[in-house]
Amino acid sequence: MRCIRQRLLRGAALALALAAPVVLGQGSTVDEIAKYRAALQDGNPAELWEARGEDLWKQKRGPKSVSLERCDLGLGAGVVKGAYAQLPKYFPDADRVMDLETRIVWCMVTLQGYAEADATKGPFGSPDRKSDMEAYVAYVTSQARGTRMNVALDHPKEREAYRLGEKMFYFRGGTHDFACATCHGEDGKRIRLQDLPNLTKTDGAQKAYTTWPAYRVSQGELRSFQWRLNDCFRQQRFPELVFTSEASIALTMFLARNANGAAFDAPAIKR
Amino acid sequence: MPRNSSLIALLAAALAGPAVLTGCATAPGDAEVTAKAAEVLKASFREQGQARLDRLVQDDTQKTCSESAGKAPPKDAAERIEKANLASIKWPADGNYLGDWKNGEKIAQEGRGMQYSDDPKGPAGANCYACHQLTPQELSYGTIGPSLYQFGKSRGYTDDVRRYAYGKLYNAEAYSACTNMPRFGHKGILTEQQIKDVVALLMDPQSPVNK
Repeated sequence: MRCIRQRLLRGAALALALAAPVVLGQGSTVDEIAKYRAALQDGNPAELWEARGEDLWKQKRGPKSVSLERCDLGLGAGVVKGAYAQLPKYFPDADRVMDLETRIVWCMVTLQGYAEADATKGPFGSPDRKSDMEAYVAYVTSQARGTRMNVALDHPKEREAYRLGEKMFYFRGGTHDFACATCHGEDGKRIRLQDLPNLTKTDGAQKAYTTWPAYRVSQGELRSFQWRLNDCFRQQRFPELVFTSEASIALTMFLARNANGAAFDAPAIKR
Repeated sequence: MPRNSSLIALLAAALAGPAVLTGCATAPGDAEVTAKAAEVLKASFREQGQARLDRLVQDDTQKTCSESAGKAPPKDAAERIEKANLASIKWPADGNYLGDWKNGEKIAQEGRGMQYSDDPKGPAGANCYACHQLTPQELSYGTIGPSLYQFGKSRGYTDDVRRYAYGKLYNAEAYSACTNMPRFGHKGILTEQQIKDVVALLMDPQSPVNK
């Protein structure tokens, strides 16, 4: 714990030192931001979520007072190591495709006896109300760090989810006619100074998908992939994407599959 | 062993054959997936703040541009989209396109508006800088759209260019089918006066955009 705190302090000091030159010209601003991000990698507060998530995972909880240690994330009951790198996938016991969060909800309901409404409540944390879901997600994803993304399209429902996700990626709607593709369909684009990954290309999808979840410095929170999609749609001027909804799983399938082959490298840290 | 494997191969071919012939039976067609995606989307969102579920109901432009999936739409579809959107433009009754460039700069900077997290009472911004370079003073600009620095100076301060800028801001789909740019007037994001102010930012010789 002391080690984490020291690394955090070092990261914060570097961030302060690097914040000053940001007013220089365009090219150097981008360079400085890159340095700032690199400095932040040194001490990632996501470790606090990972530790809390592991602790909660192993605690006896819920109406049935059992832990999540027997939860089957796709590699068999009790196997957490590497499981995230091949999600979403089709689960025969549920007869549908599930992403990580959907599967955790499934385990909370079937193993721990929670009502689904309770298991899906408050999935995204705020400084005054921590989210257990984001802690679970931090723990499980941390156990896939270094594992190559290997999302299968073997089952017809996996193939269907991928094709639906692809259609949704190009779906334009709302007051501004935005689709995911509006911002994430071309190389080398940015919004203001924020670089945008091209999610239609393998390298763009790999770089983006393998670095979520992430600790967001600007929010002081660890954010899951479900949160990432939810907040993109808010900025797209769409209504609110429902947590673990079928569309959220289909889009995750499309993006995760496109990242196949890359080593998973999260929880990461972002601005 | 060889007999067994050839038997398996034969069986596999017999099973695969009909599936290939009746492709629809195993893999749904493209139109079917498109329809299902729209249906699943509708069931996957909830109304929040000012963002109601009708935002997921597509007009012809949104539907056609979604189907072309990031590529240019077919020529006939592009013509249809541009014609319909051009007809929708409400030109200023007083025939004047130029407002106040200083207000225009504020509107170009403002990113809030129409998100469920935004105050529905507005006013909404145009967030031009998210995608375009405008004044040389603002270094934090995006690159999804082209640079608009020296927009008026390079095109000429004529009434035709002012009218074009107004129309483009009101409904960009009238000039370039399936553009990434929002239809600020057509969709009620900006008022007529706000559009005039942004036109002034682009077209007033005094605007820093033209310095």
